[in-house]
Amino acid sequence: MHLLPATIYLSFAGAVLSLVAGLRSAATARGVALMTALFCWGITLYAACGFTPSNEMIALVDSPWIPQLGIRYHLAADGISLTLVVLTGLAATAGVLFSWNIEERTGEFFAFYLALIGGVYGVFLSADAFLFFVFYEIAIVPKYFLIANWGSTNREYGAMKLALYSFAGSALVLAGLLWVYASGHADGFSLGQLAAAAVTLGRPAQLAVFALLFTGFAILAGMFPFHTWAPTGHVAAPTAASMLLAGVVMKLGAYGCLRVAMPLVPMALEFWAPVIAWLALAGILYAGLVALVQEDFKFVIGYSSVSHMGFVLLGLAAANATAAAGAVLQMFSHGVIAGLLFAVVGRMVYERTHTRQLAQLRRMPLHRLMPFTAVVFVIAGLASMGMPGFSGFPAELTILMGAWQASKLWAIVAAAGVLVAAAFTLRAIQVAFFGQTDKESDLTSHAHLMAPITWPERAGSILLLAATVLIGLKPDLLLHWIVPSLHSPMFQAVWQGGVR
Amino acid sequence: MTYSYWVLARALLPEMTLILGALLVLAYDLLRAKVHTPEERRAAALWIGATAVVAAIVDSIFVGRLGPVYGFSLVLDSLAVPTRTAVLGLALLTLGVSSGARLMRHPAEYVAIILFATVGFTLMCAAHQLLLAFVSLELASLSLYVLAGFAKDRRDSAEAALKYFLFGGMAAAFLLFGFSLIYGVTGELDLSRIAFSVAHAEMTPLLTLALVMVLVAFGFKAAAAPFHLWAPDAYEGAPTPSAALVASASKVAGFTLFLRLLWPGLGPLAGDISTAGNTGGWQTLVALMAAASMLLGNFVALAQTNLRRLLAYSAISHSGAMLLGVLAWQAAGLGPVFYYMATYGLATVGAFGVIAVLEANGGCSKITDLAGLGRRSPLLAGTLTVFILSLAGIPPLAGFFGKFAVFAAALQIGGVAGPAGWLALLAIALSAVALYYYLIVLKQALVAAPKAENAGPIRVPPAAALALAAAAALIVYLGLFPAVLLDLF
Repeated sequence: MHLLPATIYLSFAGAVLSLVAGLRSAATARGVALMTALFCWGITLYAACGFTPSNEMIALVDSPWIPQLGIRYHLAADGISLTLVVLTGLAATAGVLFSWNIEERTGEFFAFYLALIGGVYGVFLSADAFLFFVFYEIAIVPKYFLIANWGSTNREYGAMKLALYSFAGSALVLAGLLWVYASGHADGFSLGQLAAAAVTLGRPAQLAVFALLFTGFAILAGMFPFHTWAPTGHVAAPTAASMLLAGVVMKLGAYGCLRVAMPLVPMALEFWAPVIAWLALAGILYAGLVALVQEDFKFVIGYSSVSHMGFVLLGLAAANATAAAGAVLQMFSHGVIAGLLFAVVGRMVYERTHTRQLAQLRRMPLHRLMPFTAVVFVIAGLASMGMPGFSGFPAELTILMGAWQASKLWAIVAAAGVLVAAAFTLRAIQVAFFGQTDKESDLTSHAHLMAPITWPERAGSILLLAATVLIGLKPDLLLHWIVPSLHSPMFQAVWQGGVR
Repeated sequence: MTYSYWVLARALLPEMTLILGALLVLAYDLLRAKVHTPEERRAAALWIGATAVVAAIVDSIFVGRLGPVYGFSLVLDSLAVPTRTAVLGLALLTLGVSSGARLMRHPAEYVAIILFATVGFTLMCAAHQLLLAFVSLELASLSLYVLAGFAKDRRDSAEAALKYFLFGGMAAAFLLFGFSLIYGVTGELDLSRIAFSVAHAEMTPLLTLALVMVLVAFGFKAAAAPFHLWAPDAYEGAPTPSAALVASASKVAGFTLFLRLLWPGLGPLAGDISTAGNTGGWQTLVALMAAASMLLGNFVALAQTNLRRLLAYSAISHSGAMLLGVLAWQAAGLGPVFYYMATYGLATVGAFGVIAVLEANGGCSKITDLAGLGRRSPLLAGTLTVFILSLAGIPPLAGFFGKFAVFAAALQIGGVAGPAGWLALLAIALSAVALYYYLIVLKQALVAAPKAENAGPIRVPPAAALALAAAAALIVYLGLFPAVLLDLF
């Protein structure tokens, strides 16, 4: 457990190392990146083995950092952060495997990639709001360069839009944190100190602070109507970056809502919950319907991410431990599934067919040309639809159960969202993979062009598939960690509407 | 009240070192000008100059704090010592940066004038008396006018110098008039006695006039809107090291001088800005300048295509944030504003240093001239990334903590309900706007492909490389450990 902070340092060190290694050869840089990602993932799994669930944060490091402002270098972990760091390790490893074919400026690519990963680990392990914010912003800048340098369609626009949305969100968060700190005369930036300071503010101020914090974080989680950065950013990004964006970075936003915004101002959730819930439901349905009519394969997946993240936000808005546990489970599940879907679309299909237009894919019977890819996508699609046996099912079911407790209407509307998800996923599977060709001769000409699936692609797919099946069959593994953490005193206050 | 020459000599040790260094630079060049090539003359001048500045830094730290010097002409208090050292450090970096810049005629004179300007800066940091404040300000300003116009073969350098001089002369006239009114009302030149005298005085129209005049000069020195008009032209036309000095050391010194003048000197006239319906005082005017600078600087910067003009407008917006830091003195003391000034100075010197090296290698006026920098020179691209991201306020670089500390302090004055709080929220919102134009710069440097006509690698002279690397390393170090600077106060 106490090794966990090493994931942060190792990732940053790996970033520097792969930059240097990239000067020698691309293969060295790749090797460094894979070793770093694997090693960090190993650390998270090792920590998970020795973890005994409890309702307390386990302090990992706690030392004064900027004593003048009461800021501490305080890293801690509980079941929620553990779930998410394990996800980060998995997604990072799979991402390296799926970017094995990056040949141009490989060292720089992995440097930005690992810097992003380091920031993400840092966010999930921070227990001091200032530290949290620092890592949160560290994770923003590398995304811009990953997309602008190595991206595809409209990459500079997508990258800038994503960076500005993220930064606007973090400006809101900064405003909220400073408001509490200054007006509440807090002694420091630990979540407990800030929460104690927030209580001294008046009700309107508390509601405003919550709105600032929650909106700021939810922008990164892809909350409707601030989600528009997500599809364009995902589409523009190189495969590994879209996997990380959808798989991990959007979780930063949701995690911020859960870890910072809600416990800091526990009384405000009751007031804002209907607004958040309806925005989340709008996101689920709207993004789902938009995904149904996309002509670009990657946009389908991009909008599906927004739709699935809507479930996470709904789980948070339901304001009870069941729904929140579902939300965390959904973060994990979506992180794995979205990574898989983006890997198939961006790496396995696009790199071989050189098109993502469904109209063109329709004329290529991909199920015969690349059977492995088709199988992976069908399974990932089933998982994404929420089929029993895959991780999406327990996650969305738990969220719906929690939402039902809060409001039956929310649960019913959200259930309709599950149907929409099934519709757009089945359409994508059908059109992209089971198209028909007019002439048999086309088939052979296509087959010549397509390179065989490489071992890193197989390894990455199998890793992610194994994770979704494992959690689908045995969700207890994670719920066992998550649920006790959601009964900590800070979260109890949230579920009880601010009564301590 | 003591008038000990011994104490005075001790306090002025850094200044004496600098002047001695400047004279040595000139003398050496005079003796050896015939036998050396221009490059060798510049290198010799820079080495002597840098040695003098390093010696002055050592002196400044060694002398440390010293109570009132020679009456109350100078004080070496907790404000003067760090700022004096910071100014010297920034001047040293400027010298390092000049070693990579385009070669000018008369390199020794250039270095000597930089040293004279630095003497002005260090005195500005310690001046505790109106006359000395004015004289040191003028010493610095006159040197800077010359530095701005030093590239005699370029028209835009002359234009920059003339604009800077005309605005500067006007501002100096205002300042002198303001000082004379203050002297007329209080009968004192010494800041603490002025404070004592105005503490019991009513806010008369004469005092108001004096305050406005002083603030006009402050606005000019800080390049704060609406007195910013000289800045874009001066930054664009002046030789790059001169622009670096104007943007960094001169700014730190100017802010220090006016901080001392406004809070310890005219503090009783500060007024109260914790609530909207305030009584009026100089804080209201400073708050207005801060808001105007942040809005104008950030939004006009969005439209720039010239890199130096972009940096000028970014400087204007940063001035707005520093003015907010001036207001925050009462809530949080000197720490935040000093941290902000020092780290901003580092990042600006660095950014201009990168421009200087690029100029010596083919030119750098448009932002698009940075294209492909990452492939042409990883060192320049890497350091530029640090400087620009620090200006943008991205953690863990120093610019982020500077902003954070200043905004936190400003929010402590009356919370979000007061004008200072509004300003802080405005500044936070505008920092998201600012990210756009900073990213545009970095996009050219790190993403765009090099242009066909100059795609070759860039040779960075070792001294310039050292200066840039040192500035970048300091920004990272101070960003990771801000407590180091905050501990000084």
